[in-house]
Amino acid sequence: MNSELIPTETGNQKFLQKLQVMGIDVHACFQCGRCSSGCPIGDFFDLQVMEVVRLASYGAEDILLQSKTIWLCAACETCATRCPNEIEIAGLMDVLRSLALKKRITPAEPRVPMLHRSFLDSVKHWGRTYEIGMLAGYKLRSGDLVGDMKLGLQMFTKGKLKLVPQGIKGKAEVRQIFSGKGKEYDR
Amino acid sequence: MKLAYYPGCSLEGSARDYDHSVRQLCRDMGIWLVEIPDWNCCGASSAHMTDHEIGMRLPIRNLMLAQQVGLDILVPCAACFQRLKAADQALRADPGYWDVKDYSSPPAIVHISSLLARDDILARIREKVSAPLQDLTLACYYGCLSLRNPRVTGAADWETPTTLERIVGAVGAEPVSWSHRTECCSGSLTLTRPDIAVRLVGDIVRAARRAGAKAIVTDCPMCQANVESRQLDLGQTEPGLPVFFATELVVAAISGSYPAAQQKAHLIDPALLNRFFSQAAPAGEGPR
Repeated sequence: MNSELIPTETGNQKFLQKLQVMGIDVHACFQCGRCSSGCPIGDFFDLQVMEVVRLASYGAEDILLQSKTIWLCAACETCATRCPNEIEIAGLMDVLRSLALKKRITPAEPRVPMLHRSFLDSVKHWGRTYEIGMLAGYKLRSGDLVGDMKLGLQMFTKGKLKLVPQGIKGKAEVRQIFSGKGKEYDR
Repeated sequence: MKLAYYPGCSLEGSARDYDHSVRQLCRDMGIWLVEIPDWNCCGASSAHMTDHEIGMRLPIRNLMLAQQVGLDILVPCAACFQRLKAADQALRADPGYWDVKDYSSPPAIVHISSLLARDDILARIREKVSAPLQDLTLACYYGCLSLRNPRVTGAADWETPTTLERIVGAVGAEPVSWSHRTECCSGSLTLTRPDIAVRLVGDIVRAARRAGAKAIVTDCPMCQANVESRQLDLGQTEPGLPVFFATELVVAAISGSYPAAQQKAHLIDPALLNRFFSQAAPAGEGPR
């Protein structure tokens, strides 16, 4: 754990306002540590969940956006479920990830956003997830061409992967969702 | 009973067998399913984790389509269920914000296990069982998203759920008491950080073994795929624990058969089920 002092007066006010509007009350945290103790991925984090919440209350956006934690969080919601003050910690992680992408911060775990991107490209294109296309997109983006090759082949031979994508009729509606409809109100 | 049906993308792809078992079981139970016409992906974790607007508007489109069907929605996938519930909550609070004019008759969103664990449905299952899974010890595994966050899912017993135990109990199986029922398997990281998934799946499988389970049963397609596939990387000395869908087991117990096509859907050999079904009976014993 980093023991350097973090000045609160330099905290990012815009970030704090965004959390407030979204109803994520990070100031309600009294550092009980239930979030960190129940987190299934905590062993792999560079910032523990309770540290994320405290740093967020300082408005320490930069430290948070550069962390591995925001990308390794699996959105299992154990932290937010058990928080005695009902702080929407999983929602906080969502805000941090989307901010990091928007601000083009180099992700500390680059493969994770690559997978999200490949998944969402597939949804944007077909309206539904096309697993083979999504996987191929991820493999190309990440350069991880050999990982899970055996598993992929096994799934393929078992007929678990659909060969032909099935697009929906409302593709135009779905593309509009991705085009930023309503983004002018972005909080 | 008539319900709108939202299968979700997994059930069209890698979990197609889950879709078949849900549809078959609903036929057995006299439940009519009307698939929501032209449904789209709910966005799963990837959408809400990276873009709030997209994460809401994708499931909202489905809710609008379901409203036209005018029936409550049955959802077999835990992730789809949670995303539809989140969108429903946002719409109930402020439809105008999401450019929705009328959300006056919101459909109820029902996860498969809460439907099947209803007393009347359980009674119907018990009545119809032809090949009980007598004494089959099962670790009921819920994972995350049908339960958490309860402020979204509306789950009543999010730390100590019992729906799966009641369902498999109705077909004669014996649910074990164990520690990892609602732990995360890190399905969303399984491709990008397989090392994490291997650790978490290993913990889950070892806990199930300690409790004496011979197999795991779930109602989440991501858990099913992840907990079976990552066991292949554990270097286990004993055969792995197959992960069944609850619906798969109920259909088998009702029909009295567990077809080869269904067995093939597993990455871990589910042969331990064969002893319950007549076609797998040893020669000379004849069908039960």
